[in-house]
Amino acid sequence: MRYGSLTALLVLAATLGGCDGVLDPKGPIALAERQILFNATGIMLAIVIPVVIATLGVAYWFRASNERARYRPDFVYSGRIELLVWAIPLMTVLLTGTVAWIGSYDLDPPKPIASSTKPIKVQAVSLDWKWLFIYPEQGIASVNYLMVPAGTPVSLELTSSGVMNSFFVPQLAGQIYTMAGMVTRLNLRADHSGTYRGMSANFSGEGFADMYFKVDAVAPNAFAQWVAATRNVGPVLDAQSYTALVKPSKAVAPFTYRSIASGLFAGILNAASQPVAGLCVPYPTSMRAER
Amino acid sequence: MNLLGKLTLDAVPLHEPIIMGTVGCVGAVILAVLAWVTVKGYVPYIWREWITSVDHKRIGVMYLALALIMLVRGFADGIMMRSQQAIAAGGAQGYLPPEHFDQIFSAHGVIMIFFVAMPLVIGLMNFAVPLQLGVRDVAFPTMNSISFWLTASGVLLTNVSLAVGEFAKTGWFAYPPLSELQFSPGVGVDYYLWSLQISGIGTLLSGVNFVTTILKLRAPGMGYMRMPVFCWTALASNLLIVAAFPVLTALFAMLLLDRYLGFHFFTVDAGGNAMMYVNLFWVWGHPEVYILVLPAFGVFSEVAATFSGKSLFGYRSMVLATMAICVLSYTVWLHHFFTMGASASVNAFFGITSMIIGVPTGVKVFNWLFTMYGGRVRFTVPVLWMIAFMVSFVFGGLTGVLLALPPVDWQVHNTVFLVAHFHHVIIPGVLFGCMAGYNYWFPKAFGFKLDEYWGKASFWCWFIGFHLAFMPLYVTGLMGMPRRMQHTDVLSWQPWLLVAELGAVIILAGIICQVVQLVVSIRRREQLRDTTGDPWDGRTLEWATASPPPAWNFAAQPRVGELDAFWAKKQRVLAKQDLLGRQHKYEPIEVPKNSPVGFVTAFFAVITGFALIWHIWWIVCVGLLGTAATLLAFMFRVEDEVEISAEQVGRFDRAHPVEVSL
Repeated sequence: MRYGSLTALLVLAATLGGCDGVLDPKGPIALAERQILFNATGIMLAIVIPVVIATLGVAYWFRASNERARYRPDFVYSGRIELLVWAIPLMTVLLTGTVAWIGSYDLDPPKPIASSTKPIKVQAVSLDWKWLFIYPEQGIASVNYLMVPAGTPVSLELTSSGVMNSFFVPQLAGQIYTMAGMVTRLNLRADHSGTYRGMSANFSGEGFADMYFKVDAVAPNAFAQWVAATRNVGPVLDAQSYTALVKPSKAVAPFTYRSIASGLFAGILNAASQPVAGLCVPYPTSMRAER
Repeated sequence: MNLLGKLTLDAVPLHEPIIMGTVGCVGAVILAVLAWVTVKGYVPYIWREWITSVDHKRIGVMYLALALIMLVRGFADGIMMRSQQAIAAGGAQGYLPPEHFDQIFSAHGVIMIFFVAMPLVIGLMNFAVPLQLGVRDVAFPTMNSISFWLTASGVLLTNVSLAVGEFAKTGWFAYPPLSELQFSPGVGVDYYLWSLQISGIGTLLSGVNFVTTILKLRAPGMGYMRMPVFCWTALASNLLIVAAFPVLTALFAMLLLDRYLGFHFFTVDAGGNAMMYVNLFWVWGHPEVYILVLPAFGVFSEVAATFSGKSLFGYRSMVLATMAICVLSYTVWLHHFFTMGASASVNAFFGITSMIIGVPTGVKVFNWLFTMYGGRVRFTVPVLWMIAFMVSFVFGGLTGVLLALPPVDWQVHNTVFLVAHFHHVIIPGVLFGCMAGYNYWFPKAFGFKLDEYWGKASFWCWFIGFHLAFMPLYVTGLMGMPRRMQHTDVLSWQPWLLVAELGAVIILAGIICQVVQLVVSIRRREQLRDTTGDPWDGRTLEWATASPPPAWNFAAQPRVGELDAFWAKKQRVLAKQDLLGRQHKYEPIEVPKNSPVGFVTAFFAVITGFALIWHIWWIVCVGLLGTAATLLAFMFRVEDEVEISAEQVGRFDRAHPVEVSL
């Protein structure tokens, strides 16, 4: 079989050095997502592999040159087989559908992660073409760099300054879109200290390929030290410096802001949905996604 | 006043050696062909027999020719992308700057979906459906010609963007806000929108035409449950076209209003809502997948039955499955953006509906399997494509169900895993199906078979190359590689991307083999000649007439008493209960008259589109007036049919006896 088993391939891929995807999860959300991936693959391989073998076997055995194969031109209907061929995919879908239903609720991105530790809040904004991370409780912000305490849930609010992007740290959780004028939410947790690759997964223009960032998960006290150190250096993020930051730029080296103007995230959200002067009737809010 | 709008000499990318080289080569080839045609004196023939032809068979062949040429263009884009990604890892930037790379992947998607896959399936339907239904033409033959030429206009405009201006740098679905004027001020998105608006009108007209043809024009006695399965799939596909393409047209109209007149449907400010675009795009986009794949399923059904020497197993199930897919395809669009932050219930609902659509598809696979069971399978080129489709497509379906699981989708959406998945269903599903159809119906269209040796060589290159090119993308996708990366910083993806590059090279070999197959077959046409009209021991009515069929298709109106009408008739002939064919008394036949309306309309459509893209308003007026005048002139036509005399019909029929070839 030219395919071998897909799972074997996945495991092979996972064991190769430098894997930083869902196959090597470092938090409960990514771990659960990988489990669903494996379960569903297993359920379907149980159907797909026999079908492939049967296809090749039947085609080969019933080749025109095979004298021993019985020619049955009238074998064009069989109630039992019809029942079977509808039932097999239906039952597979019943299984995978249940997995989908449970998974969608359990791993719903806005759902807080059950934990005794208080989650830390991060507000993420995708800009052309870099990421801004605001820590509202700590009063600091960083660009193209995210540090989180390991073992503590992280509760993200995300938006965009303009073009749609997708916030994605595969080893910690699945991705979520960032859209101007709207908030999406994502909860994740890193169970182990380490450095993980984060990126934008949704194409957003010329500087897209460099729109990745490092996520450092560190021990809580190291995080506290980093916060304290950050408060002492770097520029201040206010309306003025934000205007400078929001201008398109590519491959921006990570840096931090020592303090942030209050209400910045809400300001970004509103800026994106301001009516143009003269057009005084904005879209009714009840029809929008969460604002 | 500027007579040329935004158009200046700067629009021609003279500083880009790759683009200018390509434009130069393509231009030289086109000029050479035109010169050759003129010198040889073929122009009147081409004008009379092809350009102004409203014969569904000729139009079908032109669609296929257009698709195969565009396949080369789309593939060139594809292999350029693969090469760029294979080398641009670590610090390397590769040979394509983002500005160019972004246009290439957008053009690749647009061309492959709209200008390769669509013309392939519409071409096959054009060629085969009226013949299978036992009728003389489609319901609206001149409109059919307009459809084709409008599609060709879209193709032309998209390709002109290579030489004059730029193409969209937004990806093939041109999501706003990126595709709004604010973020894409160039003409690229306008090329995209106007090309697809113009060809979209053509596609919609095709849909109307085929739905009418299949519902209203069938040979006497051909009830719905006696219709060949390919006609059923064509009906489903065209119903989807009629329902889905207006959505796309309206959507693009809204984006055009945003870009041209400062509206705010999808802008970031003033209450625009880009989510609406994403929703509406996929309300068209997911049915589009089935518009493409259903006719290919139909081809596989015909191929399975013919080359197994059996009727299709579970015909009723197949019809039911086809129509179920047709309806269900409207209930799944949200699975293209589970990552948008919809609620858990919404995600779960669309995840499950997406899986349910796999049920009728699964039924089809089993029924093809049981069609071969108890048959006498002849391993011709179409059968190879079919078996390869079956064994590949089930894995493509598997990864499709994975993507339908919201939690898995969040991890692999927008990664090259997704790219691998949709190539895994579209290439084996649509492309393999159309290749099977091309090899299957070619002798009917031209009177000689395609060469088997080169056909098989091409098949194996495609089959192996496809797997080598796309299986590695599943792996890098699971390793977290997003799609559309002009360069990557992660070196561990590179080995896999190099394997994918090798796959693309093998596919190139497959395409070369296809060209060789065509050339060799034309040269050996006397040995490959099909004199019987029924080279494969066929089952449906298209094999009951000469190869190639005359303009009037059938000397006498076929009558249908059962499924697989021609096969049943051959069985009766063999049992000496019936006589095959030979009429003694012929009647004159009216066939639709040639019309230049399609070509002239397309000419005006192209200049209108081009002028709209470059804001040359006076040409827009000329173009629109020209189109209106052409259609008005057509409406006031006095006669649109010509009569073929009984004598001529008889002469042709006697010269092309249909024989039972058992």
